[in-house]
Order: sequence, then structure tokens, then C-alpha cells
Amino acid sequence: MSVDASTVRRIAHLARIAVADDEVEHLKGELNAILAFVEQLAAVSVEGVEPMTSVTPMQLKKREDKVTDGGIPDDIVKNAPATEDHFFLVPKVVE
Amino acid sequence: MTELTSLTLAEARDRLRRKEFSAADLADAHLAAMEKARALNAYVLETPEMARAMAKEADTRFMAGEPRPLEGLAVGIKDLFATRGVRTTACSHILDNFVPTYESTVTANLWRDGAVMLGKTNNDEFAMGSSNETSFFGPVTSPWRRRTRACPSSEIEGASRVNPTCGANTPLVPGGSSGGSAAAVAASLCLGATGTDTGGSIRQPAAFTGIVGMKPTYGRCSRWGVVAYASSLDQAGPFARTVRDAAILLTSMAGHDPKDTTSVDLPVPNYEEAVGRSIKGMKVGIPREYRVEGMAAEIEKLWAQGADWLKAAGAEIVEVSLPHTTYALPAYYIVAAAEASSNLARYDGVRYGLRVPGRDVIDMYQNTRAEGFGPEVRRRIMIGTYVLSAGYYDAYYLRAQKVRTLIKRDFEQCFATGVNAILTPATPTAAFGVGEKGGSDPIEMYLNDVFTVTVNMAGLPGISVPGGLSAESLPLGLQLIGRPFDEETLFSLGEVVEQAAGRFAPERWW
Repeated sequence: MSVDASTVRRIAHLARIAVADDEVEHLKGELNAILAFVEQLAAVSVEGVEPMTSVTPMQLKKREDKVTDGGIPDDIVKNAPATEDHFFLVPKVVE
Repeated sequence: MTELTSLTLAEARDRLRRKEFSAADLADAHLAAMEKARALNAYVLETPEMARAMAKEADTRFMAGEPRPLEGLAVGIKDLFATRGVRTTACSHILDNFVPTYESTVTANLWRDGAVMLGKTNNDEFAMGSSNETSFFGPVTSPWRRRTRACPSSEIEGASRVNPTCGANTPLVPGGSSGGSAAAVAASLCLGATGTDTGGSIRQPAAFTGIVGMKPTYGRCSRWGVVAYASSLDQAGPFARTVRDAAILLTSMAGHDPKDTTSVDLPVPNYEEAVGRSIKGMKVGIPREYRVEGMAAEIEKLWAQGADWLKAAGAEIVEVSLPHTTYALPAYYIVAAAEASSNLARYDGVRYGLRVPGRDVIDMYQNTRAEGFGPEVRRRIMIGTYVLSAGYYDAYYLRAQKVRTLIKRDFEQCFATGVNAILTPATPTAAFGVGEKGGSDPIEMYLNDVFTVTVNMAGLPGISVPGGLSAESLPLGLQLIGRPFDEETLFSLGEVVEQAAGRFAPERWW
């Protein structure tokens, strides 16, 4: 399988990465090189093989459903590019 | 006091306890060495005030006669580990002003045991790379240089060594992604350092710089507070100049952490006790699939030499088969990219890091991520996005996860025959020059990890130990792969290799 220019643009949009028109050709080449490399997996027989979900056999740990952390709004917003009163500020999303 | 930097971590520990020098002396000697070695670009942030304050605390403990296990020992920390109040960037522009308000569990464990932080070390951006060239802060230069045969021996000494015509001063990569940590340890800019290993990012740079690097079993060290790349593969581990030093560091770094649900609740052995333990009667496997086409004769020779050393120490060498080896690298580039695309979705210009304005919120996300991520990171996110997208998930991601099951099964079947560990070369070649690889074809760089990536796919422990020098006098490493949670056997076997091969240090030119 390989990708064309419009697929590159679609992937870039899904990944929320702006791609300039003059970058598309180059990216297409790189992505297709990687896709060609992984193509060899098609040769493996995976009939009846379970996909790996956990590399070490373990039970998912559970804990009591209670608040164990919090009350640190200053810490939470400390590295944000724009904040007001412990809220993150973003460009307007509703008119 | 510069000679203090050439001590091993164990020697420094023992001599600090005998009060032959102070933790402050040791920290100062390293800080001075770091200042002189800035040309290597091994550290992206030096933390002298913090180092001196931590050393002072250590000296108080020594005076009180209550030193902790790593009291006063000066270490470097890969910039992937969140350190409270100390800039942590993963060497990405998107995080280049990020100052965590929390401490990663692994570094917290080191500080709990008395270690002293010298600074944050360089790495490939988000740990994506095999040469440290994708770092936003620029590449690391290896402390090692080629000594070409064409170069007359008289020119090797002194100033004429930098004569460009003899090719000996081409800057070499230290490997990656933990290249800064590896270069810092090899150049004696710290006694040991932390690294992370997703596909070989500890073992490959350790091999390239002639030091020891250990990737523990998945779950042995907590991933909490470590900038995530591919969560099912990422694991923290130590770099050091000796096997014993690596064992000492891992003993402190490892352990159960309720904040990482994949961290394993198993007691942490004192790994140092495994160093020097007899390997008599151990079965060491040589996997025939690792004998790849076009393998350099010197790598093959090193591998055979390693097997001979282990045999001479009483191990039994057996040929084994890991039939799915060749599929590990392509499966890795699907699994890792998929997980990266998901993990790196968090960098959106809202909660932390860079923000580049846009007409609306989507435009802001897209501009931020376009400017914040470098080309390799962008490439992997896009591949990951593609293989997870509707219509392609089964063909790529699901298939890769099935192949991963097969890779792990290969190892399980091998260990079930009584094999204690597997011996392979750590890398297909010695270190290469900065800018030499991956310029037009990303795959060329990816092939560096062909011997190490299987271990991450199967979640196993692996150690890289220097085995010898190449024809150009560059270090070459041997890798030992162990059973899950049997790091001890790797330290025992690794020390046998170390004893036989000797230790390797670069000549100082910086």
C-alpha cells in the first residue's frame, strides 16, 4: 500500500500538523519508504495468533475509587501558554 | 581534582565512605569537567547549584555517619525524565520552556538514595532516533574519534591528530536516543546516567561509546514522569562505565510504583550481588537469525569471541533459533509510531509547551505542532496516524501486534529449553559520522536497531557491554538478552565479558 498527495494531506490533518503545499511531495516519499519497509509483515502467517495487548502477563490493577490527588491548580496551569483564574485560555471555539 | 571523575561509581562510593574526599569535591570535579566538555553538547542543561546543594546534604549525611546507598554520587539525567523545578524538554521545541512541578519516580528513587544531579543530558527529540541528531538542541559529538589506518602513527599523537586529511576528526554520533547520557558517561562527565530504551536507545549508544547500558524488563522501572514515546515499549535504565556500576544504579532506580499500573510489584534484588557470581553451567544461546547478510567481519569476530569468553568461564554455548527476528523492526515501526501518535496528541498548545497562534483553535493546534515537532517526530506521528486510521488498522496495527506475539513466543520457546540468556552483537556497525546516515532514507537509520528492537518487542531485559574495538579503534558492544525479571543473570554474564574484554575509554581531545 502507498499513499498519494491527498492522503498525506488527510493524515496531516488527522494528526493536526500543518503541512505546506511544497512539503507534501517530500513527505509522501518518506511515508511511502516506511510503508514499503513494513510491507514485509504481509509475509508472516498470523492465522490464529492473538494480538499482543500486554508484554508481561498481568492483571490490571484496580484501586478504590476515591480522590487521591488534586488541589494544585497553580501547578496544573503553571506551564500553560495562556491562563486566567486557573483556566486554560484557547482561541474562541463558539461564535 | 580532575582524577575524581575517572573513578568508577563503586570506587567513588567506597572512597566517599572512607572520607578520602567529600561529595562537594566530587560534584565540583564533575562540574569542571562538564564546563570543559561543552563542545560535546552532552548536557542540554547543567544544574551546578542543585548539584552543590545535593552534595552538601550528602556531606552532612557522611558526617552523621548515615550515608544512603548512592550518597554523593554525581549522575546525569536524560532530558526525558521530569525533574521538579528543572527544565525538562525531551529535547523538543514543543517543550523547550517546560518546567515540571513534579518528579519522575525513577529520579525520585535516585535522590531518595542520595545521588547528586549534575544536569540534564541531550537525546533525540522525544527519544525518536538512533544518533542523537534529531535533538532540538543539536547533535551530541561522541568523545570517540576514528583512528584511520591511513593516518601515519606519528600524526596520531598531539596536535596533528586533528589534521583533517587523516580523517580522524570527523565528528561521530554517540548513538541514540540517549546519546547525551552515553557521551557524558564515556567522557567521564558523570559517574553514571539514566536513559530510556524503546527500541535500543540505551544499548545502542552504550555500544557506540564503549560503556555499559542496561534495559531492564518492561515493568521493572516505573515510567511515571518519563516523557512517553511508545508506552508498551518504553523502559528506563542505567548507563555506567562498569557492569557493577550499572547494577548499583538499577538497584535504586527499579521498584514498584502505584502511579504506573504497568510497573511490577516484585521485590528488587540487590543487583550488585550478582556481579562476580559464577556463570558455571549456564546455557547461553546464539541465535542464528542474528547472523544477518552483509554483517561486518569484525562484528562476527567479536560475537564469536564473546561466546568463547563465556565458555571459558564455564557457560555452555548452544545455537538457538528465533525465527521471527527479521520482522521485529518493521513491526516496531508500526507499534511505536501508533503509540507515539496517540501519546503525542497531548501537545496541543493549550496546557503546556509551545503555542503558535492560528485563525481558530484547529489552526492553532496545527501551527503549534508543525513548528514544535521536528521532521522525524512528525514522520512517526503521521505514520502512526495512518496505521491507526479507519480501514488500515487491521492491515497494519493489528497484524503488527500479532507479529509481536510471535516474536515473544520465539523467546519463550528458546528459554523453555533451559537457555539462561542469549548473546548477540549490540549493533551491526561501530559509530558513524554526524550527518552520514538517514539523510534521504529514514530506513537506513532505523536499521541500527535491528539487534536491539526484538528485546523491547518481547519486554525482556538486555544489557550492552563493550567487547572490543573496531579496525578504526571505535568501541563495539555485545548484547546479552535475559529471561523476564532475570537482570541478575545479565549482570553476572556481563561482568565475565567485561573482565575478559577490559574497559575502553576515549582519549581526551575536547
